[in-house]
Parts: sequence; structure tokens; C-alpha cells
Amino acid sequence: MPLDTPPATPELLAFRTDAVVVRFALQATEAASACVQSLYALLQDNWPEGVVEIAPALASVFLRFDPDQVAQTDLMDRLQALLATQDWSHAKVPPPKRVWTVPVNFDAEFAPQLAEVAGILNTTETQVIKQITSAEPRVLAIGFAPGQPYLGLLPEEWNFPRLPELSPKVPAGALLAAVRQLVLFTNENATGWRQIGQSAFRPFQPSSSDPFPLHPGDAVRFTAIGTEEFRQLIRDGADPMGGALCKVQS
Amino acid sequence: MTVLQIERAGPGMSVQDLGRPGYIAEGLSRGGAMDRIALFEAAAILLAQQVTAAIEMPQVGGVFSTNAPIRFALTGAPMRADIDGDPIRWNASHILHPGQRLRVGAALSGAYGYLVPAGGIEAEEWLESRSAHFAAGVGGALSAGDSLPVGVDPRPEATLTCLPLADRFNGGVVRLLQGPQTNLFDPETLNRFLASEFRRSAQANRQGVRLDGADGFSSEHAGGLVSDFILPGDVQMTGEGVPFVLMSECQTVGGYPRIGTVLPADLARVAQAPVGAPIRFELVQPEDVATAAPPEAAIFRDLRSRVEPLIRDPRNIRDLLSYQLISGMTAGDED
Repeated sequence: MPLDTPPATPELLAFRTDAVVVRFALQATEAASACVQSLYALLQDNWPEGVVEIAPALASVFLRFDPDQVAQTDLMDRLQALLATQDWSHAKVPPPKRVWTVPVNFDAEFAPQLAEVAGILNTTETQVIKQITSAEPRVLAIGFAPGQPYLGLLPEEWNFPRLPELSPKVPAGALLAAVRQLVLFTNENATGWRQIGQSAFRPFQPSSSDPFPLHPGDAVRFTAIGTEEFRQLIRDGADPMGGALCKVQS
Repeated sequence: MTVLQIERAGPGMSVQDLGRPGYIAEGLSRGGAMDRIALFEAAAILLAQQVTAAIEMPQVGGVFSTNAPIRFALTGAPMRADIDGDPIRWNASHILHPGQRLRVGAALSGAYGYLVPAGGIEAEEWLESRSAHFAAGVGGALSAGDSLPVGVDPRPEATLTCLPLADRFNGGVVRLLQGPQTNLFDPETLNRFLASEFRRSAQANRQGVRLDGADGFSSEHAGGLVSDFILPGDVQMTGEGVPFVLMSECQTVGGYPRIGTVLPADLARVAQAPVGAPIRFELVQPEDVATAAPPEAAIFRDLRSRVEPLIRDPRNIRDLLSYQLISGMTAGDED
């Protein structure tokens, strides 16, 4: 089976005694990602009774329910019926409900592996920046750390693996690339992803009334900013929004 | 305001309640007490209607004092405890008066002890929970010199009570549910896993507990496996096939395959297994799960029905003459 073909019928899997997973693939594929985004949007508009939370990952959707309100088997039957209403072999990524603009600095100091990525893509750094700022990737999943977004999918040539050696200290705000995805770091961490830019935007803001500004499904438009503007945004006590703006689509 | 003063604190001591469910889409695991049953035991012992925030004490307790009388319960891993040198019973409620010192020592078995004032620890709430979530950088460890606000005891005159000590503090058999990724392991690997006797490793924290004793439980699907959802109780296999039971502060998604999920009711047994304690897994069939996995509400109901009045050993009562020895055990305000 070619990697990009989703199963004709997504798998419906019981998880613990209070959750269900709908799985479209075991590996990250463009088709599975489109299915996940499509199902996640469908479930937002058709929230199943008894379900208390829904979350998307790269190839699956998670639903947790209250066993006092609905039985696991009944919920799975209802989800099966909902899944049967769509042709999952032709799922399309739904239009975003919200579009973010997030300023990013691409100076060598803040993008230590941008040149390397340009080399992998066999192009110039300017072209890589152009690809990133015109890509408008979607928040596919939030995880590994609270609020930390996985964005994608980027074009196929971005399907390069993580580095075998971890970079020991990659800062909060780092914009990182690997396997057709971008990650925006919420905290300093070690990583095998390549840092191609840095943002002053913090996707986890524990002191804010809205600690998780990004939502799954949001689109993100990265804009290139200069050194001075970036330094201004990251000065001490700076706003964790870091110049990011969110526009709700009408 | 009543405060609980921490004069000495063991490492990793923190405020914990039942955590913050509902943020998987935001990448935040529920967190909360490693041994949730201990919080229900405390609520039952304190004759409370619901769980309040507690002090979680990993391996060793601390020294505590107060500025006003505090009725409190000690539950979870049994630890040596005394008030001003007089030993006090574990899994029971007691009163700490101003000027007295409550000392909680090392765990006699188990791993996590809980100190729970009747009014609850009123640490700052975040997303409707007071739990420290170390992995998320929310809250943190308590230390000597901290003074914690304590809520108003709704029944300060309530009878002091106790519960028999449960048997979940020495490892043992835990029940395993098949999960979304169980079928990524071949049947021989699953059977070998179920036949293995593991030991709780010293490598353990609020995110997960490593198991020693057998390894090589790999899945042929592990390479290139896309990250998928994790719940506390999942038994994850690393690249070398080493099992980790994922706990309260686990990540919400991860790329290592998981062979199954420990029943929520049995997860406290894993949390409380001391280093080196044996752990074995027993597969439960989905059709048996309804009876095998009583919801926490049912666990709490059962605990409340088993609470008994605390009868103190007169030899340990220094101020025996001040005790009213002939009246009934009830405070007269029971409903």
C-alpha cells in the first residue's frame, strides 16, 4: 500500500475505559493529516453526546467521554455512523477558522541551521525564508510540551529527518523544521529538529487568562522581521504574544 | 487565616489535587496526585464530601506546624509520623495544634504519602486546579519556610477516624487493558510481557516509571510510527523495548508504541511500588472491564462506608486525663 493512501475505513479504537481514538494511519502522511483535520472540524460541528474533550494528532483524533453519560460501545457506534457519512479517501483540509500572523527573525544568530536546510533543499536561504513565509501551515497538533504547536505540512522536499545528534540548548521561541513540519518551541529544550528562525511569540502563556493562544486547525502566516524589531520584541518582560496577531475568519 | 508552616520538606514535595482534565488538545496532561486513591481515602477519613488539595510527599515527609488547630489526614504510603514525639496512626485523622510539631518521616512501604488538611491546601489555582505540574513548569516543589494557606474546616468538631491500610504499597499484579496500539506488538511479545516479572526501577518521576527485569519488547512498527495519544497508565516501550508506565504528568502524544494501559484503579499500585518491588501485568478482557474498573465515585463511596472511629492507644496519649473517655464516638453532627 502506498504510504499516502489512507485506509478506506479509519480504525475506531477503544482507549482505556473513557476514550476512543479514530486512527487514519500509523505513519504521518498528507492524506491522513487531511482526514484528521477534516474529522476534527466535523466533530466540532457535530459534538457527540457524552464527549468531554476532542484532540487531533498527526494521524488520529482522540475523544474522551464521561462513562456516566455514554457507554464506550454506544459512542463507537455513533462515531462509526458519522465516519460513514464521508469519503475519507478524498478528505480535504478544511479552511481555517483563524489565521495568525507571527513575526520571525531569520538572522544567522537566531537561525543557526537555516543554511543547512537551504543546502538540503538545494536552494538559497532567501528562498527558504520565502517558502516559510508563504507556506501558511496549519496547527496539526499541540503536544510534547503544553501549548507547543506542530505545523504543516510543508512540501515534500521538506521531508528530511531529525538530526541524530541533539542540539543541547535550543531556546524558547525557536522555529524548527523536520519531516515536513515546523515546531515553535515553548521552552528551551534539546532537540534533533533544525532551527531555522526565532520568534518572540510564546505559544504557552501560563500567566495569561488564555494560556494556550493557538488552537488545532489555526493557520499561521510567518512574517520575516529585522534584527532591531526582533530585539525590541524579546527585551526583558516583553509581551509573550511577541507581535503575533490572530484574525478570525468570517 | 490558618496556615500550615513547612519547617522541613523532603525533596519533590508538592501540592496536588485531582489535576486538570480537559487539555489534551492543548498538550497539557491532567497531572494531579500520583496516588489518586489516597486523596479519596483522605476525604473519606475527614468525612468530607469531596477531595481537597493535599501535600504529596515522595519517599519522605517533613516537619509541619500551624497557627490554628488543623484537623488533617495522613494517607498513601505509610510513613513514620508523630506529633511532638507521640506516634500517630497512618490512614487516620488527627489534630495539630499551634505550638505542636508534626513530623513525617520516611516511607515504611510505598512511595507517596499525603498530608491532607480538612479545609484543603488553598494554594493558588490555575485552570481550576491547585496541582503543581512539574513537567509544564506550573507551581513547583515545596520547601522549608513555605507557609501554605489552609481552607476552613467544614466540620472542625468531627470525630477522628481511620481506614484500614490498603495493600497497594508493595507492588504486585496490575490489570492491563488492550489499547489502540496493542496490536502493533506480535502475540509472542505480548505473551512474554504478560509472563514477565518486572521490578520498579529507581528511574521514576511524575511522568513515568521505568520497569526493570525484562526488556526487548519491541514492535516491528516502531520505526517511523507517527506520534499518537497517550493517557496515564499506558505502558510505553522505548527503542530498546524497555517498558515505562506513563504516569500523571506524561506527555499527551508520543512516538513510542504502547503495549496496553494499566486500569486507572490499579495505577496507584504502580505509583506506590517502592524501588525494586515486583510488578506483573494481567490482561483484562474488554467485557470484564465494567466490573473490573469501578469509577472513582464508586471507590469513594466504598471508602466512606468503611471509615471507623479512631481509637487511640492510651499508652500513646500524653494528656490522657483531658480526654472524654465515656461519651460516644460521634461528634453529634453526623447526618
